[in-house]
Order: sequence, then C-alpha cells, then structure tokens
Amino acid sequence: MSVLAVRDLAKAFGGVQAVRDISFAVDSGELLALIGPNGAGKTTCFNMLNGQLRPDHGSVTLDGREITGLKPRAVWRLGVGRTFQITATFGSMTVRENVQIALISHHRRAFSFWPRARDLYGAEADALLARVGMAEQADRPAAVLAYGDLKRLELAVALANAPRLLLMDEPTAGMAPKERVELMALVAGIVRAEGIAVLFTEHDMDVVFAHADRIIVLNRGELIADGKPDAVRADPRVQQVYLGGGSTFGHAG
Amino acid sequence: MTLADITIQLLNGLAGASSLFLVAAGLSLIFGVTRIVNFAHGSLFMLGVYIAYSLTDQFGRGSPLAFWSCVLAAGVAVGVIGFVVEILLLRRIYQAPELFQLLATFGLVLVIKDVVLKLWGPEDLLGPRAPGLRGAVQVMGKSFPEYDLVLIAVGPIMLGLIWLVLNRTRWGVLVRAATQDRDMVGALGVNQAWLFTGVFALGSFLAGLGGALQVPREPAQLFLDITVISDAFVVVVVGGLGSIPGAFLAALLIGVIKAFCIGIGDVQAFGTTFSFSKFTLVVEFVVMAIVLVIRPWGLLGKPAGEPRHTAATEAPLKPLPGWLVLGFAGLGAALLVLPVFTQSYLLILLIDVFVFALFAASLHFLMGPAGMVSFGHAAYLGIGAYAAALMVLRAGIPMEATLALGPLAAALGALLFGWFVVRLSGVYLAMLTLAFAQIVWSIAFQWDGFTGGSNGLIGIWPPAWAAEKEAFYHLSLVLCAAGLLALRHIIFAPFGAILRAGRDSPLRADAIGIDLRRHQWFAFTLVGAFAGLAGVLHVFSKGSISPETLGIARSVDGLVMVLLGGVQTLTGPVVGAGVFIFLQDEIARRVEFWRAILGLVIIVLVLAFPQGIVGFLRGRFMRAAA
Repeated sequence: MSVLAVRDLAKAFGGVQAVRDISFAVDSGELLALIGPNGAGKTTCFNMLNGQLRPDHGSVTLDGREITGLKPRAVWRLGVGRTFQITATFGSMTVRENVQIALISHHRRAFSFWPRARDLYGAEADALLARVGMAEQADRPAAVLAYGDLKRLELAVALANAPRLLLMDEPTAGMAPKERVELMALVAGIVRAEGIAVLFTEHDMDVVFAHADRIIVLNRGELIADGKPDAVRADPRVQQVYLGGGSTFGHAG
Repeated sequence: MTLADITIQLLNGLAGASSLFLVAAGLSLIFGVTRIVNFAHGSLFMLGVYIAYSLTDQFGRGSPLAFWSCVLAAGVAVGVIGFVVEILLLRRIYQAPELFQLLATFGLVLVIKDVVLKLWGPEDLLGPRAPGLRGAVQVMGKSFPEYDLVLIAVGPIMLGLIWLVLNRTRWGVLVRAATQDRDMVGALGVNQAWLFTGVFALGSFLAGLGGALQVPREPAQLFLDITVISDAFVVVVVGGLGSIPGAFLAALLIGVIKAFCIGIGDVQAFGTTFSFSKFTLVVEFVVMAIVLVIRPWGLLGKPAGEPRHTAATEAPLKPLPGWLVLGFAGLGAALLVLPVFTQSYLLILLIDVFVFALFAASLHFLMGPAGMVSFGHAAYLGIGAYAAALMVLRAGIPMEATLALGPLAAALGALLFGWFVVRLSGVYLAMLTLAFAQIVWSIAFQWDGFTGGSNGLIGIWPPAWAAEKEAFYHLSLVLCAAGLLALRHIIFAPFGAILRAGRDSPLRADAIGIDLRRHQWFAFTLVGAFAGLAGVLHVFSKGSISPETLGIARSVDGLVMVLLGGVQTLTGPVVGAGVFIFLQDEIARRVEFWRAILGLVIIVLVLAFPQGIVGFLRGRFMRAAA
C-alpha cells in the first residue's frame, strides 16, 4: 500500500483554480519529485498535504488513514516530517537543542516542568545529527550555521519523529551546486535505508533527474505527467511546458 | 435622550476627535517609518498645551490672527523640540533592540514632565479663549461653543493636508515607501537619517499642534502626558498602525463614543445604577480590545512587514558556571543574616527590591523566553494584591492562605485575558495587555464600595508572627527567591524550552507538533501567578493598596527594570529591579526633580548599555575571557 495517497484534490482561490482534481501516490522508500513552472500549483498542493490549507474537495490519506483538513501539528503527529524552502530553525538554541525540542514534542513532554530540556534525549539527538553529518557541530548555536548546514539540521529535526513521509519544499533552494548534490544524496540514502516516502518540489532539474525515482508534473493546476524520469523527460506535453509553447505562449497568438 | 441631545453629543465627540487625531497621526507616522513606539508623544502634546498657553496668554488675546499664530507657533516649537530630540537621542539608538527605544522615550517622558513642572508649576492653567470665537451657536435649541465648531473642521482639514504632503510631494512618497519597507528605501540611496529626523519633527509638530488647539477648551495639566499617550495609542492601534485615515476614523469613533458615554450619564437598570460617565475611563480600551480581537491589524491597517535586521539572536542559554552559583548562594546567605547588622529602613527598601525583582522576573519571562511584550503587567501584580487585601478585610482570611489564593486570583485574571492576548503578536499584543490592565485599573478605581475606589484599602497587616520587619523581610526573601528560582528553572525545563523555540520560529514549532498558542496562554497564566505573589507580598509590606499599584506607570516601571537589566539575560531583571528601586529611593529622597534625574539616568544607560547592565557585563566578561 502507498504511504501517501492523494485522490481528486482541488483548491480554488476566488476564480483561480489553483489545483484541479489531481491524484497520485508515493510508496515507501520512494522519492517523488513534484515539478512544474511558476504558478503551476506546487505550493498550493504542498500546503494541502501538510495541513496549512484545507482542500475544496478530494482526499489525502497516510498509510490508509484520512488526514485531509487536519492541522499541521496533527499531521506531524501522524508521521509527516517537513522541511521548508527557507529554513526554519530555533536560532537561540544549539544544534543539539534544536533536535531535542523536536524529540521532546514527539515524546509528548512539552508540558513537563521538572527536568532540564538539555538533559532529555541527548543521545537520540546526537544519533540523528550523526545521520545527517552534523555531529561535530552539535554544540554550536543554530544562528551561526552555514546555510547548507542549516538544511541538514532541518533534515535531522524532520526525522525526529521517525516519519513515514517527508515533505520537502525546495530542499536545495539557496545552496551551491555541489552542496545540492550532497544534500540530496544524503536524503536519498536515509529514506531508502529506512523506507521513508519523500515528496519534494524542486526547481533544479539536475537534482530532480539525478535523485527522483518518479516525477509528477503540474501545469496550471493539472497533473500532466506521472512517471519515471526518462518517460517524463520524453513526454511531449512536459517538453512543451518547459521548452516553450504551453502556458507561456499558448494564447499569445 | 432627545434628538437634540444626541446631536450635541455627536458634535462634542467630533470636536474632541480632532486633537486626538493630530496626536495619533503623528504617533502613527513616527512608528510607521522609524518603528519607534514613542512613549513621549503624550509629553510632546503636553508641551504643546503649555507653550500655547504661555504664548496665547501673552500675545494671543487681541485678534484672531494673533491667537492662531500663537497656536501654530506652539506646534512649530514642539516640532523643533522633536527635531532636536531625534538628533541628540533617537538617532543613536535605531540599531538598538526595539524595546530599548521604548525605554529611551520613556526616559524622555520623565524629563519632560519635570521640565514642565519646573517652568509652569503644578497648578492647572486655563488659557484665554479664542478671540472672535468666544460665543456659542444654537444647535437645535441648545448652545454649542463656536470654537468647537472650528475644531470639528480642523480634523478633516489636517487629514487633507497630511494626505497632500504624503501623496503629492517627493518627501511624502519616501515616507510612504519607508513605512512599507525602510530597508529597501535605504538600499535605493535615500538618506534615512534625515528622513527619520523629518518624520519625527513632523510627528512632534502634529502632537504640539493638537495640544495647542486644546488650550481654549481645557486647562493645562501635568497628567496630560499619560492620559493622552494612552488615548493616542488606542487610536493608532484601533485605526491600524501606520494608517493615517485609520487614525482619523478611530479618533472619530472613540471621540463620539466617549462623548455619548458622558452624555448618557447614569442609567437605572435591573435595580442598580450603571454610570456611563464613569465608563468613559475605559470605554476606549474596551473598543480597542474588541477591534483587536475581530481585526487584529486595526480597522484600516495591514500586517506590518517584518524588519530584516532584528536585534542579534540570543546566544543559547547555559546553566550558570559554578563560581556564579556560589556567588548567588553567598549573596542569599548574606541577605538572610543582614537583619542582624542593619537598621530597618534598608530592610524595607530591600523588601521592595525582592518584590519587584520577582515582578520584573515574571515580566521578563513573558518578554524574553515567551516573546510576548506586555505593557500591562502591573494588572496581575494588582489583582494579586487586591485579592489578598479584600480577602483579609472582607472575609477575614489569614495572610498565609492569601499567599496561595492571591496568586491564584491573578492567574485566573491572566487566564481570562491571556486567551485574547495570545491571538496577537508584537505591538498589537502589547497594546491589548495595556487595554486589559487599564480595564482592571478602572474597576479598582471606580468600585468605591468594594475596592475603596481611588483611596484604596488600608489596614492590611501580616499576622503577629510576621508583623516584625525582620520576620516579614525573611518571608519576602524566601518566597521571592523561591519564585525567582522557579521561573529560572522553568525556562530551562521542556516547557520553557518549547516557549523559546516557538519565539524563535513559530513556523517550525507548528511543524513539529507544538500548539504554540496554548503554550503561550499557559505561560501567560503562569507568570500572572508569579506577579500575583509579588503583589500579595507588596500589599502586606505596605499595609495598604491603591489603584496606582496596577496603573500604567507601574507597568512601565516593570518594563524599565527588565530593560535596564537586559532582556536577553536571566539575572537582568533582578539587577534591574535593584538598581531601579535604589535609584528611585536615593534620588527621590535627595532631589526635588527626581523624575527628571531618573529619566536622564535611563537615557544615559540606554545610550551606554544598549544590551542592558547585565548584558553589558556579560559582553565585557566574554571578551575578556576570549
């Protein structure tokens, strides 16, 4: 069974149909790339999956369980980790404390008043940091990290609740080309080893074709392609969208 | 009420709204461009009143031209004062944390108050009436002052002029652009320093003019600064920060509602008398609370763009090094044995320090780790104090029980208000806390039969075992130290760590399953209890309580203590409270114009230690260690 299954998902803002009746699925251990030109509906689609937007209709299920319309924090509790296009971390805390906070929330100790937060789940946090290659930086303040390291920290935080699904919004945005490849290789290694499903949006086609197991293409809110990288690359509709004609010039003449 | 009554009250409201609009428009402009919440804006208004009084009294009695020239000159004079203040003071602290700017402007409030007291004396001064407008016109059979009719026209005229300046001049375009994104305006090569100076001078001019226009209507009084600043805050927030038309709309709304409350007077209903005229003291705050809950950005406001360069992020919190723990333990022990060696005056002063250290630490918990700046924290100090006093006097409950029940009452108050407060953020949140504090204050102030009204309550003394100063000193020391340690512990505990995390990144907190709003609500309630404990100790140490205990001035004292010590340090509020209490005591005992001295000290501290005293010491220490 698919980890994430999306059926007939739709959302309109006023008169604009941002996402129209799209359906797809992600399997365990699979990296699915969601691509499309600007304004195609990627972000809208993403925000309906993570709970920030409520869809007009359609359903989203995680391991067969309906999660449509749940709040982001409820979605997280069910096993969905997220990383953001612009990293969101806790700047006044060390790298290890960032992960510890996620673990405290995961273990439902947020309203605990007695222990010190820094004494909780330290070993677990270090293990997560080791997996993303951040072990040596555990005691540094998050505020002083280089951007690539912040992305890796975010990944460790997203893995803290042993998620079934990772939602990554432009995971390599703002990074140097070499870092991009390294980060995606790291993600691919982790998710394949642990059977996590990943859905990511991405603008960098090198990253997409190097690491995605499968690609879905959105254009003007519609799903126009779903398949292996080679098949998608060869798809005439996708070529039209990316290489001219299509949305940009279709109505000009 | 007849139709004629309604019309007159409507006109009264509109006349009052004009001055209010001018002050609020200035405040709004200044905030929009410089992001400074100018606490001294009411003081500038007051200066306008006094200067206009002197000018019109000397030169303005003869002709309308002379009178109006005097009014305009008073506005210009205040504008020049604003110009000088911006260059000498504010320009140096734009890089400081936002709250420090607030503290500096509060220092100005104190200085200006004493300057006015020195120059004009403590008596109310009633200026001459405007030549040519001394009479009244008949409106539906009732007389209405001619001068007020002119005032009604002044509001829209000034709105039009401000609109012209902002929309039809290059300078105005820059001001509007800076309001939306001042970093971008700077990046485009505009000299921000002079833009800020100009805006501050214009805002000051508007405040001064608003004050000057009031001279024929009401006497010049020394408390105008605080009443006007709170009115102006309300108008700006209701209208939407940075929105001039919003300020105009809000000024009209509040002016008219206030006038109606006065006009309605006492109403008999359900066998009791409800006094609408007393309600005027809080009605604007009720309006603000309602508006903020329904439209969190004000009537015509928009969510403000986040500044790109906020103050440097806090360094990660660490437990104190061993030698400092030993140092504090030593200090505690020294304080415990102190009564053996000293006279009681120092003990009384130290009890105040303990109480306010706890109060300031609870406020710091909100401002620092929880990221919620409260302008009305004295409300919870006051609820705790009043609850204890009322329990002792009305129900004969012993002090020992009130030490638990007083904080509980304060926590319940914070629970109720906090539900609304945590729905907002930033300046709006601060203003809502101010509104709630003002509502609590007016209940205490007006409910003569229960709270003793403006006189307060007296005769609230500890039981025999704690009646001696030394005994009460020890009780305060132990309870306040326990409270401080508890607050400090919670900051490091998972609950406090999650609060800090949510302050750093609400987005990330939400994405890892944290219900931040519920967390903040609980934190607000919790610190309410600690402030309440400080209040209970306060009332038993003084033996009496009055509405001042929960007034705006007391909330501001708390802010000053926290900021003096440094908001990014945990020991800061304690040091700040100590310094503040001793300064106040020392200066007040020795000098007549102690407020001005205190204000100057605050300003100097802000200029010298923008990270607070403890923040400064830590910075020095860390540099020395590196």
